[in-house]
Amino acid sequence: MPQLCELFMKLNNEKIIRSAFGGLALASLLFLIGIILILFKEGLPIFRIINLFEFIGGKAWYPTADPPEFGILPLILGTLWITVGAMLFCIPIGIGSALFLHEIASFRLRSILKPIIEILAGIPSIVYGFFGMVIIAPFLQNLLDIPIGQCALTASLILGIMAVPTVCSLAEDALSFVPKSFREASFALGANRWQTLTRVVIPAAGSGISTAIILGMSRVVGETMTVLMVAGGAAMIPTSFFDPVRPMTATIAAEMGEASVGGSHYHALFAIGLVLFLITMAFNIIAELISCNFRLKLGLGR
Amino acid sequence: MNRINTMFLMILLSGSLALAGGSAKLRVEGSTTVLPIAQLAAEEFMNANPDVTISIQGGGSGVGVASLIEGTCDIADASRAMKDDEIKKAVDKGVNPVAHVVAMDGIAVILHPTNKVKNLTIEQIRKIYTGKISNWKEVGGEDKKIVVLSRDSASGTFEAFASLALGGEKVRKDALMNASNQAIATTVEKTPGAIGYIGAGYVSSKVKAVTVESVVCVKKNILTKAYPLSRPLFMYTNGKPKGAVKDFLDFILSEEGQALVETVGYVGLK
Repeated sequence: MPQLCELFMKLNNEKIIRSAFGGLALASLLFLIGIILILFKEGLPIFRIINLFEFIGGKAWYPTADPPEFGILPLILGTLWITVGAMLFCIPIGIGSALFLHEIASFRLRSILKPIIEILAGIPSIVYGFFGMVIIAPFLQNLLDIPIGQCALTASLILGIMAVPTVCSLAEDALSFVPKSFREASFALGANRWQTLTRVVIPAAGSGISTAIILGMSRVVGETMTVLMVAGGAAMIPTSFFDPVRPMTATIAAEMGEASVGGSHYHALFAIGLVLFLITMAFNIIAELISCNFRLKLGLGR
Repeated sequence: MNRINTMFLMILLSGSLALAGGSAKLRVEGSTTVLPIAQLAAEEFMNANPDVTISIQGGGSGVGVASLIEGTCDIADASRAMKDDEIKKAVDKGVNPVAHVVAMDGIAVILHPTNKVKNLTIEQIRKIYTGKISNWKEVGGEDKKIVVLSRDSASGTFEAFASLALGGEKVRKDALMNASNQAIATTVEKTPGAIGYIGAGYVSSKVKAVTVESVVCVKKNILTKAYPLSRPLFMYTNGKPKGAVKDFLDFILSEEGQALVETVGYVGLK
């Protein structure tokens, strides 16, 4: 490394450094464009044998049957059920802990709790999956007396826990963006802590909190390894949270290895990837719009 | 700087040594079912023939066959015969795939150890897997919902099971599709109402393998194909094998190689 530094010193020419870093920043743009192009190139050919409505709205996913059926509605619904379920677990825990950390916890307690919550984000998803498959699923199966523990409920529970760090730390950031003057003004008007929190701080941080939730959702939608292991993998249209489901990500992960390259199954899997990409992109755009709005409202600018 | 120089030199040196050795390199790719055979055989083969390097990759039968067609591997492992469209694509590319049966595999149908059912006919298995039977009492068991576990529809084991047991019918939609034999074994072990199928080599004492058409899933019956759910495992080469490819295949088919096949849970041909 010292050699590298010396090299930089010699070349202490701002232009070179500037263009080098510019190039690096541009690289991620190139990656994105490359990924989008490939997704379209490999995904679109499926629409030569099936139209968009049959693909999105089709109720049967039998990619290797003869003739194959490529209806991804059960997969989309699988993802949707799990996402909704995960949010039911994640929003109360994530937002609740953000409020606690920011508003109630003492400085010392916060400096202990925050790293602990962040460790949750660092656990590899396969570990969550394994934990879910070996411990949570059999436990819920016995506890609730359901035929099989690998179902939408188990997947929702585990994904909800996985998304807590994302939601919690982003929501806490949002709370800390609320100017001190808001709080002081509220206290000056005679409001107590609870009133200040529910009527001033949360509404002011509202769009930031919604952004946190949306980004948490996009984490859940994109999660693969865990759902592959605990969601059950049945490509049926779910009718209850105790049904096994097969989310889009798990389908791609499970089948890509065996699909013959360039075949219609292969293209269908890429098309699912495209649908997933569009969904998460929509989430990110919505989150960006909301947070943009939020900064303007608090006079922070961009 | 010195240290970096030394490292470069070492890398260069080792690179040129590998080239100078004139060693043969074999690339084997494909089915995860055949993978353990290929791995163990490659280890033993390389011990005996240090000048040959064999790299082994999984990925699935489809991946292996595709690589053989693309010319990026020398041997494609497959737990099923090549499909018509794959053969057609190979011929178009000037590749002449030749099949070699290297072992036999039996598919065991497994239940939770507490399940009273001991035998299932192919007919019953088909009805359970296609959704016509949903309760164990319909096949002589307790009044309990059947939880159907299957391998992913893209896996070689699924294809073999579908052609041997389902006769082209589709698996019921609420079947749990699992990514591995181990995942199925683990789930069956923990789920009283479950039925699943796995490679005979994966059966442990924690699950119960039923007899199919009153034939026990054991080596002798798989080899004679008396056990209805048995299938051959393949290695495909481009054209007749020669050189190191031939040596490696000969080794697998030798008595020593077939003994290795048995140690990883499949049935040797001899």
